[in-house]
Amino acid sequence: MSTTAAAAAIAVRGLVSRRGPAVILDGIDLAFARGEVIAIVGPNGVGKTTLLRHLAGLDAPAAGQVELRGQPLESIAPALRAGSIAYLPQAASAYWPLRARDLVALGRLPHGADLSRPTNAADAQAVQRALMRVDGLRLADRPIDTLSQGERARMMMARALATEAAVLLADEPVASLDPAYALETMTILRAEAARGACVIVVLHDLGLAARFADRIVVLADHKVAADGPPAVALAAGVIDAAYGVIFRHTTVDGVPQPVAWERPG
Amino acid sequence: MNRWLLLLVAALYLLSLAVGPAWWPWRLGSEVGWAIVWELRLPRATLGLLIGGVLGLSGAVLQGWLRNPLAEPGVIGVSACAGFAAVCAFYSGLAAAFVLALPLAGIAGAALAVALLMGAVRAGTGTVSLLLMGVAINAIAAALISLVLALSPNPFAYQEISLWLAGSIVDRDLRYLAIAAPFMILGAAIVLGAGRWLDALSLGEDTARSLGADTRALGLRLTLGVGLMVGAATSVAGVIGFVGLIAPHLVRARVDFRPGATLVPSMLVGAALVLGADIVVRLLPTASELQLGVFTSLVGAPFLVRAVRKAHAAWLAT
Repeated sequence: MSTTAAAAAIAVRGLVSRRGPAVILDGIDLAFARGEVIAIVGPNGVGKTTLLRHLAGLDAPAAGQVELRGQPLESIAPALRAGSIAYLPQAASAYWPLRARDLVALGRLPHGADLSRPTNAADAQAVQRALMRVDGLRLADRPIDTLSQGERARMMMARALATEAAVLLADEPVASLDPAYALETMTILRAEAARGACVIVVLHDLGLAARFADRIVVLADHKVAADGPPAVALAAGVIDAAYGVIFRHTTVDGVPQPVAWERPG
Repeated sequence: MNRWLLLLVAALYLLSLAVGPAWWPWRLGSEVGWAIVWELRLPRATLGLLIGGVLGLSGAVLQGWLRNPLAEPGVIGVSACAGFAAVCAFYSGLAAAFVLALPLAGIAGAALAVALLMGAVRAGTGTVSLLLMGVAINAIAAALISLVLALSPNPFAYQEISLWLAGSIVDRDLRYLAIAAPFMILGAAIVLGAGRWLDALSLGEDTARSLGADTRALGLRLTLGVGLMVGAATSVAGVIGFVGLIAPHLVRARVDFRPGATLVPSMLVGAALVLGADIVVRLLPTASELQLGVFTSLVGAPFLVRAVRKAHAAWLAT
């Protein structure tokens, strides 16, 4: 299932990440293609968010490198990188009660947009498309502090979609959402992959990962423990060891739905 | 909105030329009348215009950059540091030896304070801690000023400097204008183009970087710009507080809270506030004219209290 380096939209080679003396990622090699949804899973503190930050170019590796279409990420100008990689952080929030449409329009900054100037047609259309994809048109003129948490998360997603980047990185986008919003969010991410984007998403919910991802990367002990389609990556031998938990390995409609059952006695 | 604000500023500027012990001095028709206009009123009105403009703009820049509606050069100690550095230049004799020493010292002091505060914000300090840090910087600057004055051989130093620090643009002739104006204008030019990155920072530093912002370069640029503006303004006029707090607040809701869009209107509102306040202190029936900085604090401090309560209730609490 692994993508060859040449065909990859984005890849990491020999990535080592340190925070002080602690090694957060210990020699990661991964390549991700366009058109697929890749879920990154693993226990807390294993380095999922750190991996995503490296992919976004926010952290500098201690060793190894990130490559965007075969080019080292640090050699790419910030504006160009920003237009190719959209990043949605965990619990995304805004410091000002911006109007929802303005918030989404921030996703057009990499393409030269400026909220203080009249919007050009391409940016306005991209914002409109993003709002439509999250079903947020009717909320577009509301200040975001008047939206519910789920609606706000949806606008944050629209902001990331509005960039229309080749790579979309989303860090636990369903963390605080109810099941309806969570399913909707995953459906939006699938649609983004169908559009041709490479969608990399950090998830805690293994059931959602199995249902919506083409490929799951399991991180354990700061390394890649498994990488493949859900049935392979979520197999009994893999995740029980990775999480240190005994799972009940059920399937629903042929899709693995592991349930964390008990801690090993 | 900007067009109306421009008209308001222009009207207040003309009024500032007209109001004083001699009203409408140009109507005197004599040489004395025109001397009053050129030597006294013009520098005063122009300094009011520029200082108000840069204080309003600095407030909008600091609030957008620090993502904090309570950031303001006076409240968070930037003006006080500029004042301290200017006092040092004054009493070391440097200012007498070299005419640009005063504004340059002020600029260095202001930039240092901004850099300290930015360091605190990068380390993840919240709204309240930022204000406490500002209180600390203000206190240190005030203590250092007292120390320098105590060391000064001039017996009148304390009174002189206290009056100067209280903030005023009375009796500043064209010379003051000439040394401070270029720095203020340069500082404004440096920060005015940064609006879209302040917009990006609405989503926090990481997301702003993912949107293409070079936050380190932006930090240097804004430190330099605010340092130039507040440093030069403080070195000629002392500390005129709260203008940078009030101006962006009056503007923000009208531009839907977009930090970049608050810059120009905040500059205009700041200019209108200082020009207006400087006219009011001339009209107040006080025995000696009230210091401009004292007046803005009297009006502005209650505004800060209100802003803190509102900010906590409406947004920061979420």
